[in-house]
Amino acid sequence: MGELRLMKGNEALAEAAIRAGMDAYFGYPITPQSEVLEYLTREAYNRTGCTILQAESEVASINMVYGAAGAGARVMTSSSSPGISLMQEGISYIAGAELPCLLVNINRGGPGLGTIQPSQGDYFQSVKGGGHGDYRLIVLAPATVQEMADFVQEGWELADKYRNPVLILADGALGQMMEKVELRKQVDRNAHTSPEWATTGKTKDRDRNIITSLFIKPEEMEQVNLQLQAKYRKIEEAETRVQEINTEDADFIIVAYGLSARIGRKVMEQLRVAGIKVGLIRPITLWPYPYEAVSRAADHVKGFLSLELNAGQMVEDVRLAVNGRCPVGHYGRMGGIIPSPEEVVDVIKTMYSKL
Amino acid sequence: MQEIEHHYDEMNIICERPAALLDTRMHYCPGCGHGVAHRILMEAVEELGIQEQTIGVAPVGCSVFAYHYMNVDMQEAAHGRATAVATGIKRCYPDKYVFTYQGDGDLAAIGTGETVHTVNRGENVLIVFINNAIYGMTGGQMAPTTLVSQKTSTTPYGREVPFMGNPLKITELLAQLPGAFYVTRQAVNTPANVRKAKKALLNGLKWQALKKGTCFVEIVSNCPTNWGMKPVESNKWLEENMLPYYPLGDMKVPSKEELENG
Ligand SMILES: Cc1ncc(C[n+]2csc(CCOP(=O)(O)OP(=O)(O)O)c2C)c(N)n1
Repeated sequence: MGELRLMKGNEALAEAAIRAGMDAYFGYPITPQSEVLEYLTREAYNRTGCTILQAESEVASINMVYGAAGAGARVMTSSSSPGISLMQEGISYIAGAELPCLLVNINRGGPGLGTIQPSQGDYFQSVKGGGHGDYRLIVLAPATVQEMADFVQEGWELADKYRNPVLILADGALGQMMEKVELRKQVDRNAHTSPEWATTGKTKDRDRNIITSLFIKPEEMEQVNLQLQAKYRKIEEAETRVQEINTEDADFIIVAYGLSARIGRKVMEQLRVAGIKVGLIRPITLWPYPYEAVSRAADHVKGFLSLELNAGQMVEDVRLAVNGRCPVGHYGRMGGIIPSPEEVVDVIKTMYSKL
Repeated sequence: MQEIEHHYDEMNIICERPAALLDTRMHYCPGCGHGVAHRILMEAVEELGIQEQTIGVAPVGCSVFAYHYMNVDMQEAAHGRATAVATGIKRCYPDKYVFTYQGDGDLAAIGTGETVHTVNRGENVLIVFINNAIYGMTGGQMAPTTLVSQKTSTTPYGREVPFMGNPLKITELLAQLPGAFYVTRQAVNTPANVRKAKKALLNGLKWQALKKGTCFVEIVSNCPTNWGMKPVESNKWLEENMLPYYPLGDMKVPSKEELENG
């Protein structure tokens, strides 16, 4: 068993990053994730000698990440919604140059400056692009402080395996809440050596390494895009992750991720007591999306509810998977308001009575 | 890249292409200063014997393909972000030599913030800044460095200060910052100036090893195509119009003690 601690989600994430052998972190303060930078400036360098730098902006942070990732370092940044918007330019370049790195969005309410309270309003931005061009991020959605920590190392492993940026998408509540967390052992930073494609200085035995997303000839650019798409198909096949609870005998399914999934679970339990057989599908990867699991359930249930802290974003993916076989509803609160299980129970009872 | 046929008598060679510069035909317009600037930068890398420890950051602009010519590891950066990218590399590899190569649109317009903060942090990198008073690649639009009355495709009647603001002396501005270790303005319009510019680049690279702050070398250059001039004419225009506003010389030089107590 690893070391047990009671920690905030943001701190568990930062501690996990140190233990996963992070080489560098570049970031800029924004609520509700500033504890990540604060924790790292306090703890990280002294323990492993890694680089921690407060940049002048999110635009600079993400480009520092690009430079460090291109040079083969294990690198991370974190921010919250408006900051992630600023990073979109860099994220597109990182995806285009196929650089592994870890991004963290502790989502707050928007649009605009919005609120510092929890939200899931950045689903579209995270899974459908955000920056320019045809690219994908691997998006992991933790639902517990434990997963906030676990997905750090797993995220870097996925990033390295596919040379693709990985995004941990959580909301302000998961960043701020305290829970018990079991921490992994410290990984030796030296165990992670620079890959052969990295710009570490051209030695005599190899050609120069170039990190770029520029392919000016359209034929070449198309080839690069086709290769990227082929990589994305491979990721879809191998890395789709989902948690299914009580789905086998279910008449009705709640689909929810992150904080909403915790509410969804309570709702499911209360409705089962009330005699409605409800199941829960929790996407763990938001991209690749677990269409399969939703589609399988659509064969035997009467309806779905997509429960999200937004105006209805993931519900589009649920509908894609269900493909008209049964009704798919959406329920969400916005602006940082978290729905109570009771109000969702009422929504589902009303919906269920009409099915 | 295109193969180049060479026609020369080996006996007559007095100066060779530096090994750090690849033997390929450049895409630059005839008379453009980028080619010369590339060459002296790579000569400096070669003379210092640091080719294997050097990582360059290429810009967006006419020299976007700098990595096709420079035989060192390189990363392409987004428009204006080169110094942030260089910071990321250098912070992970403090003992390597890291440089950026950027135009005026790249460094002094979209990338002003990154540039100012990189120098202010005193990142131990060399920033090479090519000032040709125009956006070359996108077809000759106004740059922050475009001179008053200078005609460009977006100042068709000449740059007028009340509407477009003043030409930005970014190098003078950066020289004020405590993080700057060496700040100089050079040019590549005459052989004598080219030699001085090369010396500045040599210093800028070499002094990185001291880890005392940012080295910043502005190189005043020309853009015959977008200025609508023949190469020789453009060098004359540069001398008569650019140099009075952007005077050549050192703006910040390290003291003897700073260099000796490395
Ligand atoms: C975000 C963004 N905006 C605009 C451009 C288009 N663009 C490419 S090069 C350039 C100007 C480059 O001028 P400069 O840096 O002076 O270099 P030069 O071409 O003169 O060498 C612009 C505006 C871009 N590539 N990216």
